[in-house]
This record gives sequence, structure tokens and C-alpha cells, in this order.
Amino acid sequence: MEFLMCIIVGILFASAVYLILSKSLLRIIIGTGLLSHGAHLLLLTMSGLKTGAAPVLSDNVTSYTDPLPQALVLTAIVISFGVTAFFLVLAYRTYQELGTDNMEEMRGTESHD
Amino acid sequence: MINLPLLPILIPLLAGVILMFFPKRIKAQRTISIISTVATIAASAVLIAEIRQNGIQTLNLGSWPAPFGIPLVSDMLSALLVLTTGIVTLAVIWYSIYYLEDEYERYFYYIAVQFLMVGLNGAFTTGDIFNMFVFFEVFLISSYLLIVLGGKKAQLRESVKYVLINVISSALFVAAVAFLYGVVGTLNMADVSVKIAELNDPGIITVIAIFFLLVFGLKGAIFPLYFWLPGSYHAPPIPVLALFGALLTKVGVYAIMRTYTLFFYHDTGYTHMILGVLALLTIVIGSIGALAYKDVKMIIIYNIIIAVGVILYGVAVMTPDGLEGAVFYLLHDMIIKTALFLLIGIMMAIAGSSHLKSMGGMIKEYPWIGWTYFVAALSLAGIPPLSGFIGKLLIVRGGFDAGEMIGPLIILGSSLIVLYSAMKIFTNGFWGTPKEYTGAKAHLASRLWIPAAVLMVIAIAYGVGAEAVRPFITQAVEPLINPAIYIEAVLKE
Amino acid sequence: MKKTNDLILQTVTKVISFIIILFSIHLFFAGHYTPGGGFIGGLMTAAALVLLLLAYDIKTLDKILPFDYKLMTAAGLLIAVLTAAGSLLFNVPFFTHAYDYFDLPLLGETSLHTAVLFDIGVYMVVIGITMTIIQTIGESE
Repeated sequence: MEFLMCIIVGILFASAVYLILSKSLLRIIIGTGLLSHGAHLLLLTMSGLKTGAAPVLSDNVTSYTDPLPQALVLTAIVISFGVTAFFLVLAYRTYQELGTDNMEEMRGTESHD
Repeated sequence: MINLPLLPILIPLLAGVILMFFPKRIKAQRTISIISTVATIAASAVLIAEIRQNGIQTLNLGSWPAPFGIPLVSDMLSALLVLTTGIVTLAVIWYSIYYLEDEYERYFYYIAVQFLMVGLNGAFTTGDIFNMFVFFEVFLISSYLLIVLGGKKAQLRESVKYVLINVISSALFVAAVAFLYGVVGTLNMADVSVKIAELNDPGIITVIAIFFLLVFGLKGAIFPLYFWLPGSYHAPPIPVLALFGALLTKVGVYAIMRTYTLFFYHDTGYTHMILGVLALLTIVIGSIGALAYKDVKMIIIYNIIIAVGVILYGVAVMTPDGLEGAVFYLLHDMIIKTALFLLIGIMMAIAGSSHLKSMGGMIKEYPWIGWTYFVAALSLAGIPPLSGFIGKLLIVRGGFDAGEMIGPLIILGSSLIVLYSAMKIFTNGFWGTPKEYTGAKAHLASRLWIPAAVLMVIAIAYGVGAEAVRPFITQAVEPLINPAIYIEAVLKE
Repeated sequence: MKKTNDLILQTVTKVISFIIILFSIHLFFAGHYTPGGGFIGGLMTAAALVLLLLAYDIKTLDKILPFDYKLMTAAGLLIAVLTAAGSLLFNVPFFTHAYDYFDLPLLGETSLHTAVLFDIGVYMVVIGITMTIIQTIGESE
């Protein structure tokens, strides 16, 4: 199972890199989304996909799954959710102001002109 | 008061939350921001006194004992950084009150600054590597808001790149933590250090070390990863730039300092050599940039990169002198960079542009600003007895102690370039024939000068009173040289 | 724009959204010892509100629920921070929670926990943030 997950993480990272290197801003944002999903899945996989009872307090259960990675992933998902939302609004505003979503046309600063 | 290490995080957090209830009332926003920042400074001063007397302070949040819960660990290094953050933020808020338009202040500016402080103080204080990631995100999200505030075309364009870079580095941070957790099975930084020592598998640890170097290097702008910094930092207005330049890159530097002395000190031959080489390349690249530009903002921005290189070189040599110099220079650089940014902000306010061509002869009308800038420039370059000198001296001595020749020589050479680039602003901006100035904010110059001057007084006191500061720095370096002190304070074995 | 026929969606929403909100409140209280809690409950309530938003429009939602979601976020944060900071008064580490068992009418023996107060804060923050995001993206169109 871990082996399969590792391959999926690899695919996620590869497609994320491909999307981030493209020119369209929207694709880049989707790429960052995939990248964080890859990282979250990696976090779950690296800490071991153990089988056992849910990490919730109850009687007659002795073997629990490690609850920590789940807590970490939840935190990381929430953060990336917020950041992605912000990024989408930012991209929309940028598109309105600059009239383009092409990164090629967003080069340079005033001092380089 | 066992919650003392928490106060520098809690006070700005509470202030930020309270400010969210009335974002449009500027007077209240300003007053509460200043009160909260002063309170934070006071709390961190008390914290430093406490650490000076009783050693490292730890707090197990939620009463969960280490290594299971999240601890806050205030050693002298983090407490000093927290104090300096407070001082810098106070000066910038003071400056913003005059500098920024009302319209700007109405859009959550002060709230973002308070949350920025929460994130920074948290990242400096936390003793849990994943919690550090969370605090990184707190200050990053505040910085996204600050960089885009105003919504000018250049700002939007640059903030897209800034956000993208930081989202990628955050994802890498999560991946690095994943690898670390997979190998050692713990997140408490002291416990991680213990487990790594027990593991005795240098190969995998080196991979993780390089991963962390990538993540923190992106934040701290070291050599191949600095490319986003000049463009992004050029876009926002001066107070925001001062905050970013003084504080944000320094968190990356602090994180490298912490992880490379606490986690990855076993196989220094490989990791620290890479760190050292990258630090030197950072200095070279920064020097080239500082020489090339005729734009005051850009010159100082490239000086940030040089400083990052100098500090990291001190960390890379891992000798007591080198580390002590790095800490000394880190604190010096936070204060002096803010002062410099605030001063060139005044010059830009007078001239109405950031290009040196539009400046000249300002010393006639604004002698005080000119001489303050002169002292700041000398201090930046490290002319004795000003504050930059001692840090650089110790770093160079540390480099020679480690048996290196090239590194210390590059640092000494970079000092000349720093001096030249800073003096370029002085000679072109303050000497020469006075020009017709059209800056809309020129009448504010004397009021804007006060916070910058206060910072310069602190910087001079820090340099001249180095004898008095030295014991604090020595105490800050102890856990870096001997991780056992840190581990014992957290795990209390 | 052509007027679309959303009669089915609107009728179903009227019933479903209440069920979702009820279930989210159940999830919220189930939180401490079983799966659930402020975050998930808040997200589900926000989902119900978003469903209302989809079936009707922003103006209608404003009329039914005249909240300022930014203020709601701030209030939630304040509740959460103050609950956690309450431990400062007793000089125990931040975030330390207290609980005890009480004999309540109707419910019988129930454990009451200060973490619930914290979770109410989280619940409000989640609803506030989600709705702010949705409204910000929605309004500019």
C-alpha cells in the first residue's frame, strides 16, 4: 500500500511541476493545489499507513492508528485551502488589472524597464 | 508566571483580533497597535531577564508533557530575536502613521502587522517543527496581505510571484517534515535531535538536511533561491518593505541556524560545507547587485542578500566565534536594515522617486537626515565602533579558526562593496547641487526621521555597548554549540 | 441572461439545508469523544449556507441571515483565544482545559468541558472564513 501511495505522490508532484511551469496563471494555481496534495499524501504515507482502531478513546481497543499525521494533514489542508482561496482571488484581481493571465507578460519591475 | 514565553505571541494575537472589530477607525487602530507592540517589547524584556537568571524557559502548551505536546522554548537566542522584532515593528508602525495614506490604513494594515508579529514571534519561540510550519504560514499569509495592499499594477504582478514561491516552499516544508517524521517518528525539536543521534544513519539525515536547506533557503534568500526577492521587495511601500527586509528573511536564517545546530550537526563535512559555499556565493551575488543598481531601494535590497550570506557563513563554520558573530550580526542587521529602509523612504518621500538621478544636495535642507544616514551606512559596512563591526570580526575570526582562507577574505571584501554601495546613495543623494523636489510627502520628513533616528540610537548603543551585550549573546550561543543544553531544558531528563 | 428553471433545487434546498444544519450541530456536540467537532461542524454549516447561496442569491441570503461574516470570524477568534488564555488566570500552561461531570436534567450525567467554548470559537471562525471567501469570489462577478 505504501508503495502504491509513493507512486501516486510522485505522479502528483510531477503533474504539479508540469502545471506550475506553464504560462497560464490558472493552471499554475491548480499546480500549487496538486503540489500541496502531494505533500499531504506524502506526510500520511511516510508516517506509515498502519491498520488499527480509530485513534479515539474507547474501551477494549489496544492498537490505535497514529493520530498525529492525521492532525498534521488536517492542519496543512486547512492552511492550503486558505492560501489557495487567497491566490485565486489575487489571480482574478490581477487579471482584471493587467488584462492578462499569461505569466510571460508579467515580467520585470519598473526598474528593469 | 509560567506562561511568560507565550506573552510575545499572545499580546499581538489578542490585539490583532480586537482590531478586526473596527478596521475603519484609524485612530483606534494606531493606538491599540502601538500599545500592543510596546507591551510585547516589555514582555520580551522581562522574558530575557528571566532567561538570564534561570536559563531556558519552556512551556508545554495544554499541559501535555514533552515530547507529546507542543512546547514553546525560549532560549536567549529566540528571546533576543523576539525583542528585536518588537523594536523593529514599533519603529515601522510609528513611521507608517505618518507615511501611509489613510485609505491604506483602513484596509487591515495594522491587523496584518500584528498577525505578522504573531507569526514571527511564534516561529522564533516554538519548539516543535510542525508548529514552526504553522507559524511560518501565519506570517506568510499576513505578508501576502501586506504586499498586495494598495493594489497597484506592479504590486499585483509581483505578489503573484511572491505567493507562488512561498506556496511551493510551504509544500516542500510539509514534505521535509514528512520525511523527518517518517525517519524519527517525533516532531518535538529536542526529541528529534535525540532520535537523530540514536539513529546513526548519516545518509538519510543528510538528504533531509538538504531538504530543509531548500525550504528555509527559499525564505531566507540564499544563493540559487534568492531570485524572487529583489522583484517582490521592490513593489510594496517603504514601511512594508522595511518589515519584510528586516524580519522575513531573518526567520529563514534563524530556522537554518536552529536546525543546523540542533538536528544536523553530526555529519558537518557535507551539509555545512554546502551551506558555507552557498553563503559565500550569496555574498558575491548580493555584492554584484548592490554595485549594479542606481535605484536606492534596489541597492539596500541587495544588501539584505549580502547580510544573509554573511550570517550563514558564520553558522556554516560552526565554531563558537563564528556562531557568536552570526547571532551578533543577525540582531545588528535587523535593526540597521530597518533604519536604512526608513531613511531611504524619507529620501524617496522628498524626491518623489527611488532613482538616484532624481536626488542630490539634500544635505543642505535636511542635514539631520543626511548625517543619520551616514552613520547608518558606516554601521552597515562594519566600521568600528559601530554595531556591524563586532559581528563581522567574530565571523571572520571564526572562519580563520576553522582553517579557511577564502571565506573570511570574501566577507572582508564584501564589506568594502557594502560601504561603496551605501556611500553611493550618500554622495549622490546628499552631496551635489540641490534639485527641485516634487515629493508629495516632503513636509513630513522631520516627523518620519524620528523613528529612524531612534533605531539608529539603539544600533549605536548596541555597537558601543557591545561589552554589556556580549554576555547575552554568549548565553544565546551556548545551546547552539552544545545542543544538550537545549534538549535537557525541553525534555527535563 | 436566460432565466433558468431552478424550482427543484430551491424546493429541495428549503428542506435539505435545515437537515444539514441540524446534522452539523450534532457533529459539533459529538466532537470531544467521537469524530466531529467545531471545524467539521462549521464546515458543514457553511456548506448548507453555500447551498442556499447557490439555490437563491447573495441578496436573499443577506436578507435571511444578516451577518457580517468578517465580524463573525473576529468574534470566533476572540472566543477561542480568550478561552485558551483563561488558563493564564490559573497560572497553568496556555490551552490547558478543565472538565468535570455534571448531573443535568434530561441529559443525565454529562461531561462538560471548557474545550467546547474553544470549539464554538472555531465553529464561528470556520463559518465566517468560508462565507467570506465565497462572498468575495462571488460578488466580483
